[in-house]
Amino acid sequence: MGIEVSSLTVHGALDALSGGECSSEELVRGVIAEIAKRDADVGAYVSVDEDGALEQARLADAARSAGKGGRLLGVPIAIKDVLNVEGQPCSCGSKILEGYTSPYDATAIAKLRAEGAVFLGRVNMDEFAMGSTTQNSAHKVTRNPWNLDCVPGGSSGGSAAAVAAGEAIASLGTDTGGSVRQPASFCGCVGLKPSYGRISRYGLVAFASSLDQIGPITKNVRDAALLCEVMSGVDVMDSSSLDEPIPSLATDLPTDLSGVRLGLPKEYFVDGMDDDVRRGVMAAVEQCRELGAEIKEVSLPHTKYAVSTYYIIATAEASANLARFDGVRYGQRAEGATDPIDMYGKSRAQGFGAEVKRRIILGTYVLSSGYYDAYYLSAQKVRTLIRQDFEKAFADCDALLAPVTPGPAYRIGESMDDPLRMYLDDICTVTANLAGICGLSVPCGMTDSGLPVGLQILGPAFKEENILRVGHAYECARGPFGSAQGNAFGSASVVAKGL
Amino acid sequence: MANEADQGGPEKIDVRYVANLARLYLDDSEVETFQGQLEGIVEHVKQIGELDLAGIEPTSHARPVQNVLREDVVRAGLGHELVMDNAPKEKNGQFAVPQIIE
Repeated sequence: MGIEVSSLTVHGALDALSGGECSSEELVRGVIAEIAKRDADVGAYVSVDEDGALEQARLADAARSAGKGGRLLGVPIAIKDVLNVEGQPCSCGSKILEGYTSPYDATAIAKLRAEGAVFLGRVNMDEFAMGSTTQNSAHKVTRNPWNLDCVPGGSSGGSAAAVAAGEAIASLGTDTGGSVRQPASFCGCVGLKPSYGRISRYGLVAFASSLDQIGPITKNVRDAALLCEVMSGVDVMDSSSLDEPIPSLATDLPTDLSGVRLGLPKEYFVDGMDDDVRRGVMAAVEQCRELGAEIKEVSLPHTKYAVSTYYIIATAEASANLARFDGVRYGQRAEGATDPIDMYGKSRAQGFGAEVKRRIILGTYVLSSGYYDAYYLSAQKVRTLIRQDFEKAFADCDALLAPVTPGPAYRIGESMDDPLRMYLDDICTVTANLAGICGLSVPCGMTDSGLPVGLQILGPAFKEENILRVGHAYECARGPFGSAQGNAFGSASVVAKGL
Repeated sequence: MANEADQGGPEKIDVRYVANLARLYLDDSEVETFQGQLEGIVEHVKQIGELDLAGIEPTSHARPVQNVLREDVVRAGLGHELVMDNAPKEKNGQFAVPQIIE
C-alpha cells in the first residue's frame, strides 16, 4: 500500500479513496498497523474492533464501486468510550460498565454511519468524562505522544492522543467543560466544541446534561468542520437539540480575515499563565491581525466565578445522572447484598473511582436540603451573568481569541491529590459550556520543552462558521504544524520531540 | 447585598451522610481523604456568594426551549431481549434484585 496514514486527514483520505489511490480496507489496515506500532507506548485505545472495521470498510469499498456516495465513505474514525455504537462495548472509562454492550447507535454515530464512516475502535477517557488528564480511567494511563511522561489532557485524552500519534485519522470526543478543546490543545490537534443543541446528545452517556456536547478532534479545521456538519441537526430523541440551519461548514472557508472583528478577553490572560502559552497565543493574535482582522480588548467580568459556577452545576447534574448506575439494569452489581439499598451502595462503591465519587458527593451536597438555594440556585444565576457577558462581547465581536489552558500538558501524576488545583485550570474552557456557545482549539505554538500550545477561538451560539473561518485562515497562514511522529500534518516541516 | 452562599466560616461536611444520600458506600480512608478535599472545594466555590444576585433569573439551560413536542405515534423500542442482555441478573425475563418485601 502506497499511502502514509499516520499524517492523513479526513479530506486527504477522501481524496485518496475517490482518486483510487487506496481502498477503505487498505486505510483501515494502515491505521491498525499504526496502532500496533505505537499504542503500547501511547495507550490511546481501550479496544479495537479489527474484524468489524474491516467488514465496514469492505462494504464502503463495495458501495464506492457501485457508484454510491457518502460524505465520509470509507473513512475510519476513533470513538470516545462514552458514545454508544451498536454492538460495541461502552465503558465510559469505568469499572461499573465492564461487560456492557451498546444496544443502539447514538444519533451522532448513526449520522456518521449513514455517510459511510467506519468505526475502528474506542479510545480512553477519564471515568465518566470527569477529569482533565485521562488518569481517572479505570483501564489505563494514556500518554501524550509528544512527550510520554506527560498526560494527553482530558477527559477526551484517548481521542486526542490517537490523532496526535497518527493512530487515528480523526476521532470524536465530548466536551462538558473543555474535554475536547483541552486535550486537543495538549496534543497539538484541532478540537471543536459545537454550540449546545447543535448535535444530539442521544446515546452519549450523560455527565452534565445542560453542558455536554459531542465534538470532533482532527488534524485540521476543515476536517472538524466536516464532521460537525455531518453530526449536526435536531433530533426527536434529544429535546434539547435545536432546529437551527446547518451551514455548509467545511467548504467556502476563506483564508483572509478582512472585516472580521476579534475580541481579546483580558480575564483569560490570567496571572501565573505560562510564558510560552502567552507567547504562542499572542503570536497567533498578531497573525490574525495581519490577515486583516480587527483586534480589540474586551471584558468578560464574571470569568473569575466561572470555575465555581461550573463545578456546582456540573456535579449537581452528574449526581443525578449517575444515579442510574445502581447495578439493577446494566453494569456491575456487587455480590452479597442484603437488600436493594445495600446493593446500590456496594455496587457503586466498587464500580466508581475516586474522582467520580468525589463529584457525586459534591453534587449531592450542593443539591441537598438547606444548601440548594445557596449553591445550586445561586450558581444558575451566576450562569446567567456569564452568558450575558458573552452576549455583550459578541455584540461587537465575531469571535474571541484566548488561550485554551493557562499552561501546557502536566506531567503524569502531577497534582493528582489536589483536585481543586486541577479544577482551577479549567478557567478558560468552562465558560463556553455554561454559556452554550461554540469553541475551537487550534495548535498555535510549542513550549521550549516541546509541548504544543493551543489557541482558543470562541464564537456566538450557532455561529460555528465564525470560529471555523478564523481557525482555517489562521491555520493556513501558520503553515503545517509538526506532529508527534515528526512528520507534519499535510507536509514535512517541524520535527517534534517525543516518540 | 451578598447572597446566601456567603455565610462565612468554613463549612463542616458530613461526608458519609451525604454519600449515603447518593447511595454510595465509603470506607474510612475515603471519608478522610474526601473530607479535606471537599471542604476545600466548597470553601472556594462559596466565592459566588460575593455577588449580588437579586433579580437575576437562573439559567438551567443555555438555550432555553419549552414544550418540545413530537407526533404521538408508536415507535419500536429496543426490544426486550436486547435490553436484558445487559442485565446483571435476570429471572423470568425480568431484572432480579434482592428481596424488597418480607
